[in-house]
Amino acid sequence: MIGGLFIYNHKGEVLISRVYRDDIGRNAVDAFRVNVIHARQQVRSPVTNIARTSFFHVKRSNIWLAAVTKQNVNAAMVFEFLYKMCDVMTAYFGKISEENIKNNFVLIYELLDEILDFGYPQNSETGALKTFITQTGIKSQSKEEQSQITSQVTGQIGWRREGIKYRRNELFLDVLESVNLLMSPQGQVLSAHVSGRVVMKSYLSGMPECKFGMNDKIVIDKQGKGGATDEAGKSDLGGSGGGGGKQSIAIDDCTFHQCVRLSKFDAERSISFIPPDGECELMRYRTTKDIILPFRVIPLVREVGRTKLEVKVVIKSNFKPSLLAQKIEVRIPTPLNTSGVQVICMKGKAKYKASENAIVWKIKRMAGMKESQISAEIELLPTNDKKKWARPPISMNFEVPFAPSGLKVRYLKVFEPKLNYSDHDVIKWVRYIGRSGIYETRC
Amino acid sequence: MEWANQLCENRQFGSKMTDSKYFTTTKKGEIFELKAELNSDKKEKKKEAVKKVIASMTVGKDVSALFPDVVNCMQTDNLELKKLVYLYLMNYAKSQPDMAIMAVNTFVKDCEDPNPLIRALAVRTMGCIRVDKITEYLCEPLRKCLKDEDPYVRKTAAVCVAKLHDINAQLVEDQGFLDTLKDLISDSNPMVVANAVAALSEIAESHPNSNLLDLNPQSINKLLTALNECTEWGQIFILDCLANYAPRDDRESQSICERVTPRLSHANSAVVLSAVKVLMKFMEMLPKDLDYYGTLLKKLAPPLVTLLSAEPELQYVALRNINLIVQKRPEILKHEMKVFFVKYNDPIYVKLEKLDIMIRLASQANIAQVLAELKEYATEVDVDFVRKAVRAIGRCAIKVEQSAERCVSTLLDLIQTKVNYVVQEAIVVIKDIFRKYPNKYESVIATLCENLDSLDEPEARAAMIWIVGEYAERIDNADELLESFLEGFHDESTQVQLQLLTAIVKLFLKKPTETQELVQQVLSLATQDSDNPDLRDRGYIYWRLLSTDPVAAKEVVLAEKPLISEETDLIEPTLLEELICHIGTLASVYHKPPSAFVEGSRGVMHKRLPARTGSGESTESPDVGTIAGGSGTETAPSIIPSQGDLLGDLLNLDLAPPTTTGPPPPTSGMQMGGMDLLGGGLDSLLGGDIGGSAAMGAGFGAVPAVMPASLNAPMGGGLGDLFDLGGGVGMPLGAYIPPKTVWLPAMKAKGLEISGTFARRAGVIQMELTLTNKAMSVMTDFAIQFNRNSFGLAPAGPLQVLSPLSPNQTIEVSLPLSTVGPVMKMEPLNNLQVAVKNNIDVFYFSCQYPISMLFVEDGKMERQVFLATWKDIPNENESQFQIKDCHLNSDAASNKLQASNIFTIAKRTVEGQDMLYMSIKLSNGIWVLAELRVQTGNPNYTDLEISVKCRAPEVSQCVFQCCEAVLKN
Repeated sequence: MIGGLFIYNHKGEVLISRVYRDDIGRNAVDAFRVNVIHARQQVRSPVTNIARTSFFHVKRSNIWLAAVTKQNVNAAMVFEFLYKMCDVMTAYFGKISEENIKNNFVLIYELLDEILDFGYPQNSETGALKTFITQTGIKSQSKEEQSQITSQVTGQIGWRREGIKYRRNELFLDVLESVNLLMSPQGQVLSAHVSGRVVMKSYLSGMPECKFGMNDKIVIDKQGKGGATDEAGKSDLGGSGGGGGKQSIAIDDCTFHQCVRLSKFDAERSISFIPPDGECELMRYRTTKDIILPFRVIPLVREVGRTKLEVKVVIKSNFKPSLLAQKIEVRIPTPLNTSGVQVICMKGKAKYKASENAIVWKIKRMAGMKESQISAEIELLPTNDKKKWARPPISMNFEVPFAPSGLKVRYLKVFEPKLNYSDHDVIKWVRYIGRSGIYETRC
Repeated sequence: MEWANQLCENRQFGSKMTDSKYFTTTKKGEIFELKAELNSDKKEKKKEAVKKVIASMTVGKDVSALFPDVVNCMQTDNLELKKLVYLYLMNYAKSQPDMAIMAVNTFVKDCEDPNPLIRALAVRTMGCIRVDKITEYLCEPLRKCLKDEDPYVRKTAAVCVAKLHDINAQLVEDQGFLDTLKDLISDSNPMVVANAVAALSEIAESHPNSNLLDLNPQSINKLLTALNECTEWGQIFILDCLANYAPRDDRESQSICERVTPRLSHANSAVVLSAVKVLMKFMEMLPKDLDYYGTLLKKLAPPLVTLLSAEPELQYVALRNINLIVQKRPEILKHEMKVFFVKYNDPIYVKLEKLDIMIRLASQANIAQVLAELKEYATEVDVDFVRKAVRAIGRCAIKVEQSAERCVSTLLDLIQTKVNYVVQEAIVVIKDIFRKYPNKYESVIATLCENLDSLDEPEARAAMIWIVGEYAERIDNADELLESFLEGFHDESTQVQLQLLTAIVKLFLKKPTETQELVQQVLSLATQDSDNPDLRDRGYIYWRLLSTDPVAAKEVVLAEKPLISEETDLIEPTLLEELICHIGTLASVYHKPPSAFVEGSRGVMHKRLPARTGSGESTESPDVGTIAGGSGTETAPSIIPSQGDLLGDLLNLDLAPPTTTGPPPPTSGMQMGGMDLLGGGLDSLLGGDIGGSAAMGAGFGAVPAVMPASLNAPMGGGLGDLFDLGGGVGMPLGAYIPPKTVWLPAMKAKGLEISGTFARRAGVIQMELTLTNKAMSVMTDFAIQFNRNSFGLAPAGPLQVLSPLSPNQTIEVSLPLSTVGPVMKMEPLNNLQVAVKNNIDVFYFSCQYPISMLFVEDGKMERQVFLATWKDIPNENESQFQIKDCHLNSDAASNKLQASNIFTIAKRTVEGQDMLYMSIKLSNGIWVLAELRVQTGNPNYTDLEISVKCRAPEVSQCVFQCCEAVLKN
């Protein structure tokens, strides 16, 4: 198991050091600094073995978090734990920075004592932790409060406490998708996938039992066969109207927040859960079939002699004309020996950024089924460098108000048997946002 | 997010942005000041002071001098302050054990506190204080806490047992904590169950045979229920524990699989990987024709692909594991090639791993896409990545024959870029392509030759020289090209020098007339002006070969090379199986067994995949000793990776096995082995006169020369044996000799068939061979040589085939062996690589000898010594095996074993069980102790159990196999 956990600043000075196991000595702190942070060459693996001691590290801005062990630990678990540790710290004091860590070192030690025992991760849900790690010093809880805390930390529903009350029961669902594309210069899709998340923010009283439904092909097909759609249409939250009018989508794979009953999903493919209070990522999913690619990039690069390049890039939007894409940015890489660039674009603003070796073309808004074009002349300094320019792909960023996978929320029903509010009293909001992930076209 | 910010602001107000100041105080006399502050009456000041102490401790300052002052602050109702003091205690108690005692009272009191959070805190902290005196006081509170009414306290106490066990294992056993911990597996609270499982698993690791976890269908059911309810971390503990269970039959394993599959949809990647581990392991037991088997295979792919959208560090872990899974079960991901395409912004460690998997998944169906990608990668920035991409193109050519032409033209395009390292890498892989497809792509040689000057890396230079030498007859100016290398001969690396020597000799054999001078030159450079023994040796060998028998030289140097294999750097099958059992862990990231990087006892136990068993069979758990995977329909590929390459390269020693991207050290060892094989082979081939050459003698100094004296060994051994008999050791039975098996089929050896076995007769190890000539012509000039091996086996004399072997004739030869040859650890341990030469060719094969050949006659240990040794060898070195269906009583077993030099020292009968204590001594002086348990009471119970203890635990498996063979024979 994890033998120790260290946090360093960018200089390699240790900010937090907590040792859990006897086999980890103080010299481990220095070993990591010397061999990884101060290493002459950039470290090429997130796992480093130094003198039979293994170091796992992640970096957040310029802060290094390192877990150390001498045993054959579950490596995936160690990384998951480090990420979780970052989440917990962020939830407590905001951005992970040297300043914040130093200011909260007592709190961090307290957290580390709680969420890692002898190197075994323990309950690390912020919702639960915040009930008893408060840093307010003396806090005399009543006996009931105490047992409530402990039963929540260890309980089956460790992410939610009892007795939550809201005057207005409300929930927000965000379907956030990032669409990834790799396209050949000829316009052939080399790979494309959507990775999506359903984020739920709920302000519900009591211990509400929720059921979530979407246009999952497997469920729809099953119901289609069965004939009766018991709950489908009734509380439909309304579609968003993306590109196509697809009825159902094929989900390649999905994973769920720990509140979702996985065995039930496995058996009936229904998604039921008691949500944590506030925000949680209910579900993650991935689709590869019938993806709506919101933009198509058509590049044309011509080398005119040894000192000049002509670049022309056309972008076409491919969704309903009534919808608007926002924050569009096209990044056209330029060679390292660029001396000057002239750009002409029909729409938006384009600029050559020498420090980033790219032409950045920004368009605030663009409706569906439109196209726009940029042309640039790139002057090159003559070099005797034999190595050819690698021609990195043209990448694109954007945001569209629909889900490129075609996913639609069909319903989210809430039952709270003990309190007297029903599904109809809950105010529900659904929003779809499609963003570019790695959206690249080779040129 | 907004509220988080708000909270953050509040907090900063609360602490007045001041805590970071503790990190900056570096005044002189600081300790003194702190001491005063710690003893202050004001609570706030005290707390501030403790914070300062902790901050100093964090940055590595020694503040142990403040121990009594800090401990004084412990008695407080301020929980935050208490936790800080505890933190301090955990760090310094060990250095101040006497003072630490001061804290005991508070701990004991806190363990009785009405607040469960405080009770848990106290027991948690106490377990972290590694001071004997404190540990004594811990027992009572811990016992109470294990039965506390509050689950939070119980789950903390469960982990505390593991802590205590780490400090004092005996104490934990004596106090009966292990039983209480076992009871917690049935606790009503899932988190208590999970922590108890974690603690027990850890404790069980240091007692491999204790059966502490006692997994049975009932407890498994409990674990599976808790799995649905506990935290994500708890699920990982439980899944990792489940993976160690051996289901009784395929039905049970299917039902566990069914209950584990839902975990594949968990958001936590570690839960997913641990579930994959359980499934991969239990799947072994399912019959392949079962519908469920196919369903399970299909279910595994999507979650594995999803892992690739995790954070990069997790992607790396996932990819390392996928690399194993793809080798074990290629069918799972065979349609998922695209997800392994490299993204421009992937971190380099992700890119390199993806590339590896792409090559493994490359097939005729997707090769076009893969090649297009690889070509793209070859123009990227990162040098390592580009090199690997180029190499990958070469590997595709070798793997998918249909693509070879396209690969070669892609490589030629890349050579045209003139980027130095791309060109070099391309030449190295083209050499391998030539090997794989002889007489097909040699037209490109001209292009390659153009780039001769730009090659500055030894591997590329060596590859180019090999190409020139190999195809000397097609390259008009081969002599000029090679001559140009010769100018700076002494500045070249050994690899290049050796290759140059071979290439010029090849050239000479092909074009003898115009290159005589050149060959003279290189031979004298190699033999007279070089300090490198390898180079000198090879120079002398060639020289002598060329001067004594040019025809033989031609046969040796220009011999046909065996084909190279399609898949390179595959993980050796038994290691792969072990690594599959470690999916998700560090072992799977390093691709090494835990014993390679874990110190001490933990992880020494080798894990294996379960064997397939039908549900109709008995309810016994699968035999621990049977080799998994191999049983049933499939037979595991017996070829040791790169061995084929090694043998193929014997004649071109300096060429590393093609496309080695793995760790180089073993390769060099193997090459050395290969050298011996060739050297020795030629040695015996050329007869005794070589021994007279001083230079040769020096050259072979490293290899103990074959001693004619050892030919007398049979006699001496025989006498020794007589005396031994005289000493009263009865030998009613002959030693066990395995039946002869075919080692070298005639198909592979141009008509020579060799079958054989090993025997130990009168203290001498004999290799008994049957040579059959199935060819049409007479065979003569037999010679034999071994590669280095684990126990230094070497022929003690030449292979005595006196008369020529005519077609269809068979002769029996017995070759005495000595154990003084060069040693190199083999895998498996008892593997032996042999080269046999005749007038037609040299042939290579490998065989395994029963380790009982190495059991010497004076292996009977004194009783006292035995007892002491048994105690002295750490328990971790003990392995247990079962021998099934063996109808022997203890006396018969003892007699049988004695015949093979496994000596019974003592016998004891306990509760209907006969225990035989036995000792064995190996020829290299290693002692092996064993305990054999025979059920006498129950005639139906025919299984024998054997425990083997040895300081070198790697021999245990071999010893067991041998005992089994002896007893069953």
